[in-house]
Amino acid sequence: MQIDLRTVAIQPQRQAFDHLIRRFGNKPASRYQEGSYDIQAAENLHYKPTWDPDQALYDAGITRIVMQDWYALKDPRQFYYSTYTLTRARQQETTEANFGFVETRGLADMLSDELRDVSLKVLVPLRHAAWGANQHNTFICGYGYGTTFTQPCMYHAMDNLGIAQYLSRLGLLLGDTEALDAGKQAWLDDAAWQPLRRYVEDCLVIRDPFELFVAQNVALDGLLYPLVYERIVDDHISVRGGTAVAMLTQFMSDWFDETRKWVDAVLKVAAAESDANREVLQEWTRTWSDSAASAMVPIVELALGANADDAVGEQLAAFKARIAKTGITL
Amino acid sequence: MDMKVAKKKLGTKEKYRLMTRDLGWETTYQTKEDVFPYVGYEGIKIHDWDKWEDPFRLTMDSYWKYQAEKERKFYAIIDAHAQNNGHLNLTDARYLSALKIFLQAISPGEYAAHKGFARVGREFPGVGTQVACQMQAIDEIRHAQTQIHAMSNYNRYYNGFHAFADTRDRIWYTSVARSFFDDSMSAGPFEFMIAIGFSFEYVLTNLLFVPFMSGAAYNGDMATVTFGFSAQSDEARHMTLGLECIKFMLEQDPANLPIVQEWIDKWFWRGFRVLGLVSTMMDYMLPKRVMSWREAWEIYGVENGGALFKDLARYGIKPPKGWDDAEKAIDHMSHQFMLGLYQWSFGTAFHSWIPSEDDMDWLSAKYPETFDKYYRPRWKHIKKLADAGTPFKNYGLAKLCQTCQLPCVFTEPDDPTLTCHRETVYKDETYHFCSDGCQHIFEHEPEKYVQAWLPMPQIFQDPINGDLGEWMKWVSLIDGKDNGDYAGSEDQKNFETWRGMATSNQ
Repeated sequence: MQIDLRTVAIQPQRQAFDHLIRRFGNKPASRYQEGSYDIQAAENLHYKPTWDPDQALYDAGITRIVMQDWYALKDPRQFYYSTYTLTRARQQETTEANFGFVETRGLADMLSDELRDVSLKVLVPLRHAAWGANQHNTFICGYGYGTTFTQPCMYHAMDNLGIAQYLSRLGLLLGDTEALDAGKQAWLDDAAWQPLRRYVEDCLVIRDPFELFVAQNVALDGLLYPLVYERIVDDHISVRGGTAVAMLTQFMSDWFDETRKWVDAVLKVAAAESDANREVLQEWTRTWSDSAASAMVPIVELALGANADDAVGEQLAAFKARIAKTGITL
Repeated sequence: MDMKVAKKKLGTKEKYRLMTRDLGWETTYQTKEDVFPYVGYEGIKIHDWDKWEDPFRLTMDSYWKYQAEKERKFYAIIDAHAQNNGHLNLTDARYLSALKIFLQAISPGEYAAHKGFARVGREFPGVGTQVACQMQAIDEIRHAQTQIHAMSNYNRYYNGFHAFADTRDRIWYTSVARSFFDDSMSAGPFEFMIAIGFSFEYVLTNLLFVPFMSGAAYNGDMATVTFGFSAQSDEARHMTLGLECIKFMLEQDPANLPIVQEWIDKWFWRGFRVLGLVSTMMDYMLPKRVMSWREAWEIYGVENGGALFKDLARYGIKPPKGWDDAEKAIDHMSHQFMLGLYQWSFGTAFHSWIPSEDDMDWLSAKYPETFDKYYRPRWKHIKKLADAGTPFKNYGLAKLCQTCQLPCVFTEPDDPTLTCHRETVYKDETYHFCSDGCQHIFEHEPEKYVQAWLPMPQIFQDPINGDLGEWMKWVSLIDGKDNGDYAGSEDQKNFETWRGMATSNQ
């Protein structure tokens, strides 16, 4: 039945769902709010997990961070599934165009052997590190508490997988399957990659979701992305005629710029909650960023040689300045 | 450069392998046991994770692209639906009871599945399996959100939707679905896959989604039709994942068979009980009906399910233990449920009603063996009481089944005149069950099910202490608005007034 409804103006009975009115007042709620706040079961959980009967099914107590309201950890990007997917779909188009541009114009073949070699050596093993990041963010989403905190971690995990796949495509484009094989070999055996692999594997056994957030999203990403995509790709490879490589990794640069705003916002709110939180975050951030920095040195050396120490040192200082803005002094 | 070499042509399978499972590695700085601590305790033996066949091959770039396309369409339609007062196109506002149950009980289940798949997407040691589970994890939060967004506009105009986040955790009937999802998530990763990936997605989803979405279409609910259709291609992926997972377990080791069979028996029956609500929706709650529950069962249960279990027979899998009891219940369950909902309608955040003469004629045509014999007389009696101004209300509390948490309103499989009731004494406590199926599930894992939160005993505890008004406050139920008979309800009055404004010159 189709009804002509042109002239009907109906008074709504209420503005929003009860739980959103309680949080935000009596006004219409945004789709981010509707899709994020209080949608995780909170009370009267039926059974203890058989995989760990000491935990509750959703358990805020499995991390050392204590929040009165976990939903305070909101995402400044206000990503819910739709806005997340639309954003990545647009970026995906750009990335696709970039790959197409590099391929059709044979830009990959115009790279000098040296630049190609450095690019493959540095970037291809990182696909495994990105897979590690995927594991960690999947974990945080699965076991973390409160949707505003955990939902962006699922998106992040899928981004990590996407990045691992873009790096794989880059490897295939610049060096075919042999490049992927060599990269994996390096990841598994080369001395330069062992500290980072150890870092990633050590993170695989952390079962405190917030510590894992710090180890992966704050500390490791906070050093790895600027070092690799700014200092190595932009400042080293690009300026020597390797802009093709910068085109193929544009997604990663843009992604880091975008996601660090969310990471910083989470840190800031968690640190502001209590001195105890701030101390724990300080301890974690210090420990993990120190070890991430040393893990990065041999990798940066692959491209920058003797300048690696300085580059990492400078980046660590920049990282500390960034983290200081969240209220955590390192 | 002069070293231009032709790139190797990679097949899609090989390419996908490079994009997924080649990303993983055997850890050496940490042991496998520490990295994947939960994968062994259920007793499922996996010898070679590489034997996992990817149920679909979707890289993230394509995932973003396809899903964004669907999202654009979905939100365009529900925006238009909200702007044009699409709710006035409903056949009748009675229909909304089905949606209210869905939002309170099923959408939270989508969210639980999201969390559960994120967990198994980390806990399984095979990259192929992990990636497939992670995609389902992100899809499931999509479903929770699209459902909330689609129903948000109904909430602005109709009662019963507003407190879904409270009723999810506190009201008695949502505990049926909640306990189902809590049960699956508190199980190990393999059982979770059987519970959600196989039983729910593969065996039962069609029974939920197809009739639900056709029901929405038949009754003018474009918002729901849209989220249903939009979810369907995701569901297709989820179903192939569920099937692949069960085959994988069965192919890896013959010792897995009895464990898997036990889970299939359990989760079929758990799912069948949850879906009992769908039977009532189809037979009673749709003003314009698509097909009866019996007809849906024939197509999606007997035909599809039958074919599936025939296919799995080569692995030694038998049809679920409760299958025959389920078949015997089909012609009774929707009536037994609706009679229950009607008598306890003071305590539901949706309306129920006495079926009209027309409705009853339809029911008797669809259920020639049972309706006139067992159920029409009861509805007639209830109607007489209502007409006399003394409507039948049961203010006694329902006895809930310890396992499925439904009130014990079902009859013996072979005697529709006798209420089915089972008891088990465990550690000096007596536990009650609605059926052999639920009793068996309890007895297999009593330590789990004795923990169940039961909404009825809660009523006698703080902060309620047996006070009905306090209970309503606690579950955020607004007496006289959200609950009771549809006839005379605010929803009915508003809907008729608004539609009158839309279709006349008043």
